[in-house]
Amino acid sequence: MTPTLIRVMADDFDVGAELARLEGLGGGAVASFVGIVRGGDGLVALELEHHPGMTEASMQRVADEAARRWPLIGMTLIHRHGRLEPGERIVLVAAASPHRAAALEATGFLIDWLKTSAPFWKKEHFADGGARWVEARIADDEAAARWNT
Amino acid sequence: MNILYFASIREAVGVGSETVVPPADILTLAALIDWLATRSPGHAAAFADRGRLRAAIDQDFAPMDASIANAREIALFPPVTGG
Repeated sequence: MTPTLIRVMADDFDVGAELARLEGLGGGAVASFVGIVRGGDGLVALELEHHPGMTEASMQRVADEAARRWPLIGMTLIHRHGRLEPGERIVLVAAASPHRAAALEATGFLIDWLKTSAPFWKKEHFADGGARWVEARIADDEAAARWNT
Repeated sequence: MNILYFASIREAVGVGSETVVPPADILTLAALIDWLATRSPGHAAAFADRGRLRAAIDQDFAPMDASIANAREIALFPPVTGG
């Protein structure tokens, strides 16, 4: 089993501390992706809902699949929930490996699969008081599917 | 059987969860949803577009033709949008 840290929480996380933990595992490469709340169009906040009983197991399955595909020595998957404002961090995925190609590819895989296979939903809140649930995008399904070949 | 609703489905139904006892001839997720849709106008609206409905049985994603025999918890929700 590849050591994997999975957390679902309302609080922010420290990217530097999380990457330092992976750097300490002794590999030659750590790659990471940080997702941020994108502002614009009057967006004042994102509200992230999830299925608490299912979320961490879903994220673990994504990590297990990454570990099956690449020679990884450590992974971190952190996803926030609750109300987040533009500029705030939503998600961190990171992979440590002996070599950069595996770390980079595994990081891309982790975020693409996380987006389509972990039970989170985003609602956008706007300055005019309006709100709407974010629609799933075909492009996200396609991004996840490209790892199937 | 405990039914959980999330996101837009939760808002349309009006509650986050409910306990139901489906008739014995309800065997699949699709049949369960047909039956749940008769409970209120909110349920009917929530389940009107089956193409945008996803489900999990006992915390595992499941297709609409999946059996609900022995299921303890069923979650109904729109396609996920995390990350």
